[in-house]
Amino acid sequence: MATVTETPTGGMADSAHLARVTFRIRRFNPESSEHAFWQDFTLDIDPKERVLDALHQIKWEEDGTLTFRRSCAHGICGSDAMRINGKNRLACKTLIKDIADLDGGPKAKPVVIEPLKGMTVQKDLIVDMEPFFQAYRDVMPFLITTGNQPSREHRQSAEQRERFDDTTKCILCAACTGACPVFWNDGQYFGPAAIVNAHRFIFDSRDEGAEQRLEILNDRDGVWRCRTIFNCTDACPRGIEVTKAIQEVKQALITRRF
Amino acid sequence: MAIEISEVAKGDEGGRRYGPDNPAPVIEPPRARTHRTPRTTRTNFELYGWLFMRVSGVLLVVLVITHLVIQLVLDGGVSKVSFAFVAGRWASPFWQVWDLLMLWLAMLHGGNGLRTIINDYAQRDTTRFWLKMLLYVATVFTVLLGTLVIFTFDPNIS
Ligand code: SF4
Ligand code: FES
Repeated sequence: MATVTETPTGGMADSAHLARVTFRIRRFNPESSEHAFWQDFTLDIDPKERVLDALHQIKWEEDGTLTFRRSCAHGICGSDAMRINGKNRLACKTLIKDIADLDGGPKAKPVVIEPLKGMTVQKDLIVDMEPFFQAYRDVMPFLITTGNQPSREHRQSAEQRERFDDTTKCILCAACTGACPVFWNDGQYFGPAAIVNAHRFIFDSRDEGAEQRLEILNDRDGVWRCRTIFNCTDACPRGIEVTKAIQEVKQALITRRF
Repeated sequence: MAIEISEVAKGDEGGRRYGPDNPAPVIEPPRARTHRTPRTTRTNFELYGWLFMRVSGVLLVVLVITHLVIQLVLDGGVSKVSFAFVAGRWASPFWQVWDLLMLWLAMLHGGNGLRTIINDYAQRDTTRFWLKMLLYVATVFTVLLGTLVIFTFDPNIS
């Protein structure tokens, strides 16, 4: 963690690497006001730190009421997806130097941090993830097999594993679903993350539930609502080709129905 | 450290704070999946709709561009288009079928496109329903009227 250097004790050397960055955070507390508002925090922080470190510094040293989710702090758990400078990212994978206006001097643009769009804000940067997980559960994200309980492992070749490798990387952060304009306007749409996780099983050679999942995604609010906007692919912190996965599900539906 | 709190927030603090005795209103997530969410239809309607948009789009490119070239560019451009010109073209079944195809494909393609837009953007169920009804009535009316004209066109009308 960078140290706050309001009263530098160790002279210039200590604070030379620090930069002054303003973070403009969308705050909302239903217990004090029904309105959300913007609050600016100006920190002296090492630009090589991550946005999550800045949030920590604010919460621990400036304002303990700032509320956000995070667990692992290393891009594994997917709890801290938020809109940073208008783009959905993980706060723990975003370096301040990559997004802050460091050369702007006193007129520098602030780093703008908002909760994910399209989901109900509960407090500050925390949104209600229930609709997101509901859609996830609806595609049955677990292995479906028939017949007797296996007495040994399900065999799979390297090529068969490779077929769905990309979509196994999802950490359910909701950055993609929270970036999808179709989802913003209509929460009934499954959203990219649910389709990604259906894709992971549909194309798994060991799984036998593909037809059921395709049936679910063939419906009104399934893959056909995707407009190939590519916001999800842009947003995914794991670099999953989300739109491609959705298109592959569409393709599978078409080839199975004809 | 500069901490600016906007006016709105300041104005709302004070007397009417929410707390255990005065809880904040519950905010329902917009149109979440509830027991009232429509059941699955288990049809391939959306699949066919999606395919139709692609196929009709490709056909329309050919149909419409040829139509525009004939109507607006060749043989003196738009000034030549008159009753006699239309009558002359519709004397041939080929152009009748061409125009019929163009009418049906363009109307269904555009109608389905608008249906998608209404589904995406209409917020309330009743707005959505009535916008779609309006759309369907307008589409059916235009398609039927156009078809009627193509088939009953009388070049000798006085
Ligand atoms: S696909 Fe990517 S952006 Fe979407 S939930 Fe999974 S990890 Fe997050
Ligand atoms: S805190 Fe776990 S992914 Fe960022």
